Amino acid sequence: MDLKVREIIEKVMNGLFFLCGMVSIAAVALITIYMIVSGLPAIIEIGPIDFLLGQEWASTASEPKFGILPFILTSVYGTLGACLIGVPVGLLTAVFLSKLASKKMAAVVRPAVELLSGIPSVVYGLIGAMVLVPGIMDLFQLRNGTCLLAAILVLAVMILPSIVSVSETALSAVPREYEEGSLALGATEVETIFKVSVPAARSGIAAGIVLGIGRAVGEAMAVMMVAGNVANMPSLFTSVTFLTTAIAKEMSYSSGLQRQALFSIGLVLFVFIMIINVILNLLLKGRRDEK
Amino acid sequence: MKRILALLLALVMAFALVSCGGNSNDQTTDDTATNDTATTDDAATDDTAAADDATTEDTAEDTASTDLSGSVSTNGSTSMESVMAALIESFNQTYPDVTISYDATGSGAGITAATDGTADFGLSSRELHEDETGLTGHVVALDGIAMIVNTANTVEDLSLEQIAGLFSGEITNWSEVGGPDQPVTIIGREAGSGTRDGFESIVGVEDVCVYDQELTSTGAVIAAVAANEYAIGYASLSAVSDEVKTITVDGVAPSEETVKDGTYAIQRPFLMVTNDSATLSEAAQAFLDYCLSPEVADIIANAGAIQP
Repeated sequence: MDLKVREIIEKVMNGLFFLCGMVSIAAVALITIYMIVSGLPAIIEIGPIDFLLGQEWASTASEPKFGILPFILTSVYGTLGACLIGVPVGLLTAVFLSKLASKKMAAVVRPAVELLSGIPSVVYGLIGAMVLVPGIMDLFQLRNGTCLLAAILVLAVMILPSIVSVSETALSAVPREYEEGSLALGATEVETIFKVSVPAARSGIAAGIVLGIGRAVGEAMAVMMVAGNVANMPSLFTSVTFLTTAIAKEMSYSSGLQRQALFSIGLVLFVFIMIINVILNLLLKGRRDEK
Repeated sequence: MKRILALLLALVMAFALVSCGGNSNDQTTDDTATNDTATTDDAATDDTAAADDATTEDTAEDTASTDLSGSVSTNGSTSMESVMAALIESFNQTYPDVTISYDATGSGAGITAATDGTADFGLSSRELHEDETGLTGHVVALDGIAMIVNTANTVEDLSLEQIAGLFSGEITNWSEVGGPDQPVTIIGREAGSGTRDGFESIVGVEDVCVYDQELTSTGAVIAAVAANEYAIGYASLSAVSDEVKTITVDGVAPSEETVKDGTYAIQRPFLMVTNDSATLSEAAQAFLDYCLSPEVADIIANAGAIQP
């Protein structure tokens, strides 16, 4: 009798866990289906080539144009720029934390980096708009400070925590014997780090970078406050619109084909994020296999 | 030591969050073009008194009207969203059984709806054209759009042509309009915004504006102009603060008086358009009378416009 009750409880709990697991799968499936259903009509109506490769976006003009190439390129350039700054800084921070820093030093730096990831993106945007934008305007003698460079700098800081924490974990997991072997052969500590530890942890470091790219591509709020949001083709000192901000800025008043086109931009962004996630999963799988 | 540090940092973050929340509230209140809850709430509170008055008057004159029921449809201008939302909400406090719908489709579609009789009221944020006959436009409110520059800017007055030149990119230096020898930064609203649509259509620069920044709220435009010495932007008259300088247009300063008497150029009417050949239902007539009555002046002002 007692055994039976326990068995029933066991089964019920199993079912409960299964249901909980299904919730997130259902959410992903629903979002995917919804994005495709609501995003495709406008792409078909505008024409995939005109939509993806059109250089002009004028959604409310009397002869509207829906070309999202400026948004795609801005998102790509912005993310690459953020990586160009964020990856070296993040990687070296991770090396410092896992290999070089004294315990006391690491105890200060690590929580600080972790806190960086907890700061809401709107705060990054606010500081960017109040400090960075006027700063860039003065430094480069521009008539307008909201530009791609400002967005790149904000994104570079925002992706630091994911790069640092994932890379640090990977670096710390490198077996001590590898490094000891290298040191015993007469290599210096820095040589050991860059010739042995970093290559050994490369898939983990790559995973951290891809995670950072994912955050940079998906960020809307902070970027919207510093990038100026004009649909120009990207260049470092012009006002630009990212894929995310293109949706966010026009959603509230949009109607008809304009609204549908915004969903299509969402679909493009969704595909971008999916690709990044697939790459991330492959990298993490590679890391497990290595172990 | 570590715990104290963590605690301190957490405190700093908490403050950052609080101040950030405050800021976003300000922006919402400033933003008259969106249908924001703050404005509607204000209007609702202010109106409780007015509504009470209306009820008493109605009971004195006509006991039947308080249990007025039916549905009224309005259709048209997206710019009129906040004004209509405030009017509908306060009207419903007196006449809860009347259902009023509002479809934001644009002025052109609103006038078509009034012509075809598919809506009781077409909403238009522009004057009726001469060929749009058989219709009557009732002016519910006037919307003044102020031209704003940085307080450090020495330019005091611009003509409509100069403003059109600045926003279309033909004039790129302040010295061409009597200011310092500095480049101009153009700040405006995002595509689809009623303020942008109103400004561009009045000044005659539809689809040709060359912006440096497109921001999503009136408050953000004001903040950006306040932060950039050589910027020019536009904002709903009711939202303009001391942070920025309003310039006169063709020698006329924007104010409630100059908008009302029509001397200030950058303004447009908010019309409720009715079809002359159709008779309004009792509920629709009551709503129209209510929107045109002097008692709604505060509600319209809270929604960012001026009662004519």
